[in-house]
Amino acid sequence: MSGLEVLQAGPGVTVQDMGRPGYLALGLSRGGAADRIALAEGAALLRQPVGTALELAGFGGRFRADVPCRIALSGAPMRATLDGAPLVWNASHQMPAGAVLDIGGAQAGVYGYLTVGGGFDLSEALGARSAHLSAGLGAVLQAGDVLPLAQDGGRTVGQVLDPVARFDGGELRVLPSLQTTMFPEEMRARFTQEVFRRDSRGNRMGIRILPPEEGYGLTSGQSIVSEVITPGDIQIPGDGAPYILMYECQTTGGYPRIGTVIPADLPRVAQAAPGAELRFRFVTRDEALEAEAGYRRRLEALPGTVRPLIRDPAQMPDLLSYSLISGVTAGEELS
Amino acid sequence: MPDDILAGCPRIEPIGLDGVIVRFGEALSEPANRAALAFRAAVERDVPEGVEECSTSLVSTYLRFDPLHLSLDRLTALLTERLSAEDWYAAPLPEGRRLLRIPTVYGGDFGPQLAEAAQAAGMDADAAIAALSGARVRVNAIGFAPGQPYLGTLPEAWDIPRQAGLTPRVPEGALVVAIRQFVLFSVSAPTGWRQVGRTAAPLFRPGSEVPFLLRPGDEVFLDAVEAGAWDRLAADPKGGIVTEPLA
Repeated sequence: MSGLEVLQAGPGVTVQDMGRPGYLALGLSRGGAADRIALAEGAALLRQPVGTALELAGFGGRFRADVPCRIALSGAPMRATLDGAPLVWNASHQMPAGAVLDIGGAQAGVYGYLTVGGGFDLSEALGARSAHLSAGLGAVLQAGDVLPLAQDGGRTVGQVLDPVARFDGGELRVLPSLQTTMFPEEMRARFTQEVFRRDSRGNRMGIRILPPEEGYGLTSGQSIVSEVITPGDIQIPGDGAPYILMYECQTTGGYPRIGTVIPADLPRVAQAAPGAELRFRFVTRDEALEAEAGYRRRLEALPGTVRPLIRDPAQMPDLLSYSLISGVTAGEELS
Repeated sequence: MPDDILAGCPRIEPIGLDGVIVRFGEALSEPANRAALAFRAAVERDVPEGVEECSTSLVSTYLRFDPLHLSLDRLTALLTERLSAEDWYAAPLPEGRRLLRIPTVYGGDFGPQLAEAAQAAGMDADAAIAALSGARVRVNAIGFAPGQPYLGTLPEAWDIPRQAGLTPRVPEGALVVAIRQFVLFSVSAPTGWRQVGRTAAPLFRPGSEVPFLLRPGDEVFLDAVEAGAWDRLAADPKGGIVTEPLA
């Protein structure tokens, strides 16, 4: 069996895909990649349909395959080397059998992605291959795990793309939600004026954000009947610090919601590193629909934005890190 | 029907860009839960084009749709029309429901807060076990975690509040009680509700042929069994549960 072996793994490396919609009624949220754009970028760089990838939460790991395979690196940029030679991020590469791929910590953002040609040949659980940690589906990968590689019909490598900017916080567009009007008007106004910071508490279920001073707690918040939760919902628990719920969130909840981040801005939420500044702006439904249409258009257009990775040696500050004479380099990059 | 609970309902409200909920009440009540279940069943029998998923919470039906292919206005109009076609509060419960008898060990290590909960309900522990195990409850909603049921409604005496603090962790299968409802935990989790017992109910078994044990609308007895039965229940893949169809 050919496979990708995990030699060493960061604390939050999981297999992810687009998740499993359809089980909400049974208490299972859809889950899937925290940054759907990065999943699509990885697929585009390998010229294959969107499928599985390894999601690297904050830190990568060391990997080796016993057969030659293609890889793409996307999402939060991380320092990566192949047998010691630096690899360009947001690009696809050939990985020879036995070569060691080393991926370090995120230099910006949170979630990096390693996509392999053909994807991982894993069996589905409830219609998807992604780990859903809070539901106990799948697990965080450990050293020694071997991920079977599916047959790879593609050949494209040496491609690069310019990522959509989303790794440094910024403005989030918000629609009103079920309890928005329960929050006093001055509180809602303050919510759109203040600069929040992403707290260190956060995971695939949701991220906590810190207001600069006063919180957003509601005394009437304890008597709300539990209702469905959707990714993007901004819940305010008793301590007044908002949580933005992500794809692996609980399916119902009773804490009041001040609004919902639109789907197009969720990758930006996922990729906001601890300390990143976040702001909120209420938008009209028309503006949100326009953003959604634009978001889908960009995803569809992604394969067309991928271009060959050609590096001009005169423009390479890291030129000396390549052992050009011996030829044991990431040679594809120089073609 | 008490007007204050159902005031202004049913009501259709957007949630996020791609969802609407149809809310049948502001607080849990039997008619509102019944309406939510029945309305969802009706929507699923004839799913409007563009609707991708449907679920219920305690008193509302949720629909997720593709907002670029079905406008909120159009969906709202459609749902309004369906709402007015029938008295959903009086609608029969969906078909295909079942009655499950789930063996439960009450008290002791299996229900460390039984005495506390009994006291809050104004009775002694034995009376509490008799009341709780004798109550026929309905799965009002599945939610929070996979396969995890909210079961109600318990008799008035069980309108007891959540505890002030959180229990850091109850085990899988824990039966907890508050506000005239049970929750049966499908995973180990923290809770603010009091743990009165434990079951071996296989609520979520992703690898098995039936990954989810309960569905909204099912009815349940949490029958009291002796602590000595626990090992046998835990070893049984079905947790000792007996299921029969409900007409």
